[in-house]
Amino acid sequence: MAEFSARHLLGIRGLQASDVEAVFQTAREFKAVINRPIKKVPSLRDLTVANLFFENSTRTRLSFELAEKRLSADVVNFSAGSSSVKKGETLADTVRNILAMKVDMVVMRHPHPGAAHYLAQKIQVPIVNAGDGTHEHPTQALLDCFTLTERLGSLSGKRVCIFGDIRHSRVALSNVLCLQLLGAEVMVCGPATLIPKHFGSLGVQIEHDVDRALAWCDVANVLRIQLERQGTEVPYFPSLEEYHSVYGITTERLHRLDKRPLILHPGPMNRGVEIASDVADGQDAVILDQVENGVAIRMAVLYLLAGRLGSSPD
Amino acid sequence: MGPEHSLITPLQFQLTLDRLAHQLVEEHGEFAESALIGIQPRGVHLASRLRDRIGRILGGKPPRFGELDITFFRDDFRRHDMPLQAAETNLDFTVEGLRIVLVDDVLFTGRTIRAAMDALLAHGRPSKIELAVLVDRRFRRELPIEPKYVGRSVDSLDSQRVQVVWSDMEGEDRVELINPTEDHG
Repeated sequence: MAEFSARHLLGIRGLQASDVEAVFQTAREFKAVINRPIKKVPSLRDLTVANLFFENSTRTRLSFELAEKRLSADVVNFSAGSSSVKKGETLADTVRNILAMKVDMVVMRHPHPGAAHYLAQKIQVPIVNAGDGTHEHPTQALLDCFTLTERLGSLSGKRVCIFGDIRHSRVALSNVLCLQLLGAEVMVCGPATLIPKHFGSLGVQIEHDVDRALAWCDVANVLRIQLERQGTEVPYFPSLEEYHSVYGITTERLHRLDKRPLILHPGPMNRGVEIASDVADGQDAVILDQVENGVAIRMAVLYLLAGRLGSSPD
Repeated sequence: MGPEHSLITPLQFQLTLDRLAHQLVEEHGEFAESALIGIQPRGVHLASRLRDRIGRILGGKPPRFGELDITFFRDDFRRHDMPLQAAETNLDFTVEGLRIVLVDDVLFTGRTIRAAMDALLAHGRPSKIELAVLVDRRFRRELPIEPKYVGRSVDSLDSQRVQVVWSDMEGEDRVELINPTEDHG
C-alpha cells in the first residue's frame, strides 16, 4: 500500500506519486464515511487544529473545518481581519503564540507566496498549506485530480486544459504539478496577459485559442477570473463581456465538439464570465463533486499527517 | 518445540467452521433479522466462509453479509510509526434493528472489537451485537468483551503469535501458534 512520506503538506512540489496515491486511498474511505448517517470518526479526538486564515476564504475554510470536525479534532479559527496582525505582530510570533496554547496542527492560508514554507522552518507542528498567495494550493489540486480519477480512472495520458486567469491563480501551479505527477498532459489556455511567461518552463502547452484547446482536452478546468485582482491602471483584458465572448466556456462552443470534456471549476464561479450558467449546471460539470471530495481529501491529508505525530520510538 | 505448533489442523478447521455455522443457524434461524459482519481485513475471510456454509444449510439462501473497517476507530492511532491504512467498509444494508454477528479471526485484547462496535454504531443502532471468533486467546483481555461463538480457546503467552492461514491466500486452512524466534527460557 502507498505510504505518505511528508511531514507537512506545503505544496504538490516535493510530493511523490505514491504520496498522492496514499491520499487518494484514504480519501476514498473518508468519502464513504461522510456519506453515512453518522459522518464522524474519532481518529483525531485528542488533537487541536488551528485554521489560520490571513486572507479571506469561505469555502476552503469551511471545507477544512468540516474535515477537522468529522475527524473529531478540536478546532480554533483565526482570521487576519480581527487580529493582532493588524497591530504589527510578525507571522512567526503570531503562530508561536497560538502554538503555545497547545495546538497540534496548523492549516494556513496566507497572501504571500512561500509563507507556509517559511513557517515550516520556524515551528515543529505539521502545516497544511491552504493557499499561499499565487503560489500553491495543494489540497485543491489533490481534490481536482481525485475527482478526475473517480470519473476517468488513471490520468496517465489524459489531456487536461486549465482555462482562464493563470496569473493570479494558486490553483494553476498545484494542478499542473499534480496532474504531471499522475501522468496527464497539461495545457493552459487564456489571454496572453493572464498567462505568466514561466509557465512554458513547466512543460505545459500554452494556447490562446479556446476552441482549439477545447477540441484537444479530455478535461477543462475553468479557473475564476479574479475580478478583485484585475489591474487597476492597465486592465488585463478590455471588458468582462469581451472576455466571455472570446474566452468563456459556453454551450455553443461545447456543441461544436466531437467529444465533450469534463468541466471542473474550483469556485467561486463568475457565471457569464469564464463559464456560462448552463455549462456550470450541465451534465459535463463535476463542480459539486469537487466540493464533496474536498472534505474527504482534507480529512485524508490531516489523518495522514496526524498519523506521524508522536509515534512512539519502539 | 519448534517455532510453529499446530493449533487447528486442516481437518479440524473444516469441522470447526461447520460447527460455528450450525450454531449460528441454531441461534439466528434464517437470518431474517440478523446479519454477519466481518472485521477488515482478517475477519472477512472467516465471515465469508461462514456465510457460504450458512447459505448451504439454509438451502441456498445466504445471510446478509457485510465488511467493516475499523481503522478510524482504533484507540492506538498515532502509536504507530506510520498512519494506519484503511480498508473498505461494505455494508449494503442498514444495521438499524438487526441482530449483528461481528466476526473476527483471533480475539486477543478485545480492543479491535471495542473499535468495531463504535464503527458499527456509526451505521445505525442494531438491536443486538454478538461476537464470533475462530480463536479466543483467553486470559489476555484488556476490556470486558467475551465472544458468544468460539472455534477454539487457547491459553498462550503474550510473546506467542496465533496465525490463521486461509487456503485462498496460501496452502491449507489451518491455525498455528508461533513461538518467538529468540530463546524463550
